[in-house]
Amino acid sequence: MSFSFSPGTFVSLTGPNGSGKTSLLRILCGLLSPVEGEVRWRGERISNLGDEYFSEVTYLGHRNGVKDEFSGLENLKVACGLNGISLSQLDAQALMQRVGLEGRESLPARLLSEGQRRRIALARLAASKSTLWLLDEITTSLDRNALGLVRSLIREHLSKGGIAIVATHQDLGLTTDNIQRLELAT
Amino acid sequence: MLRWIVWRDLLLAWRRRTDILSTIFFFVIVVSLFPLGVGPEAQLLKAIAPGVVWVAALLSSMLSLSRLFANDYQDGTLEQMLLTPQPLYLIVLGKALAQWLVAEVPLVVAAPFLGVQFGLAPETLIVLVLSLLLGTPILCLVGSIAAALTLGLRSGSVLVAILVLPLYIPALIFGAGAVDASIMGTSPYPHLYLLGALLVLSLIFAPWATSAALRISLE
Repeated sequence: MSFSFSPGTFVSLTGPNGSGKTSLLRILCGLLSPVEGEVRWRGERISNLGDEYFSEVTYLGHRNGVKDEFSGLENLKVACGLNGISLSQLDAQALMQRVGLEGRESLPARLLSEGQRRRIALARLAASKSTLWLLDEITTSLDRNALGLVRSLIREHLSKGGIAIVATHQDLGLTTDNIQRLELAT
Repeated sequence: MLRWIVWRDLLLAWRRRTDILSTIFFFVIVVSLFPLGVGPEAQLLKAIAPGVVWVAALLSSMLSLSRLFANDYQDGTLEQMLLTPQPLYLIVLGKALAQWLVAEVPLVVAAPFLGVQFGLAPETLIVLVLSLLLGTPILCLVGSIAAALTLGLRSGSVLVAILVLPLYIPALIFGAGAVDASIMGTSPYPHLYLLGALLVLSLIFAPWATSAALRISLE
């Protein structure tokens, strides 16, 4: 199969368990190299782009990438620092407030619930400046409010010309003009 | 960038202080057991001192190795680090530097006090510290390759030991050799220069090899 996506596209990636949704996302972000075929970003093979490509893509997988020993704020700041995004204390606070962790932003993440840790990952997503979002089972352990937050984050991202590829079992309920569906079979 | 990764790992180590303390205590206890076990013969103690201190340093640095990437691998932060626009080489170098500061520098500081137990002369103690200063970064750098290769394996820490101890041998020979030479009254500098050369070599090649190993482990 072959596919390409233009800016502002929301891609819903579905398929039964084990059909390769996660593998596809990991190939797209460059963590996994495909056995056959290639991934191109703006016409250039991602293997040639190297580290440059990583500033264009944000991947949120099954594992949150949240350090239990760090507070939500620290997690966010370290992630932004490593990605070369400058984030002021005020911005960081605002993001924490946006993902609904106000008042808990200084607690170590190990004291938070799974859903709250997922929200820290969402804050990281919201702070990212990349064009391509690859979200794997983003809805796991999130409550209804957080789902609304995910929808609004994706909508903002799309309106800025971003692309979001979301692997999900559960319909996000996102309504935008430019939705493509990609269904994998086993 | 390097600053962020070092700061992150130092802060993490501080939040998990017991891990560091256990490594240091291991080193101190292993070295202190020898004078008790071998007996108070000054000549014998002096002769075994370089080897004992160096072997204890190897073993204790190996204890903390399996933690270098394993925790970050489990919670997914390592994956995220691979996806940052920074060269993986720098990330590995930063992690190795933080590991050295946290796990090895305390050993270097403790070594002269332990050396006194073996009746080493002041100038020999200086050589011991110098050899450890040059040698312990090699342990971190070379060890990081093994830690990256064994990521996600069930009996990873045993495999780390098997993989890494043979690679530690050159550092052990020249490190202990320098201290030995100083005890014998000859110049320790040839050994120290060779140790320095090993350090430069591992600074250049180890992060590169570790990066490649990490990419394979995270596929």
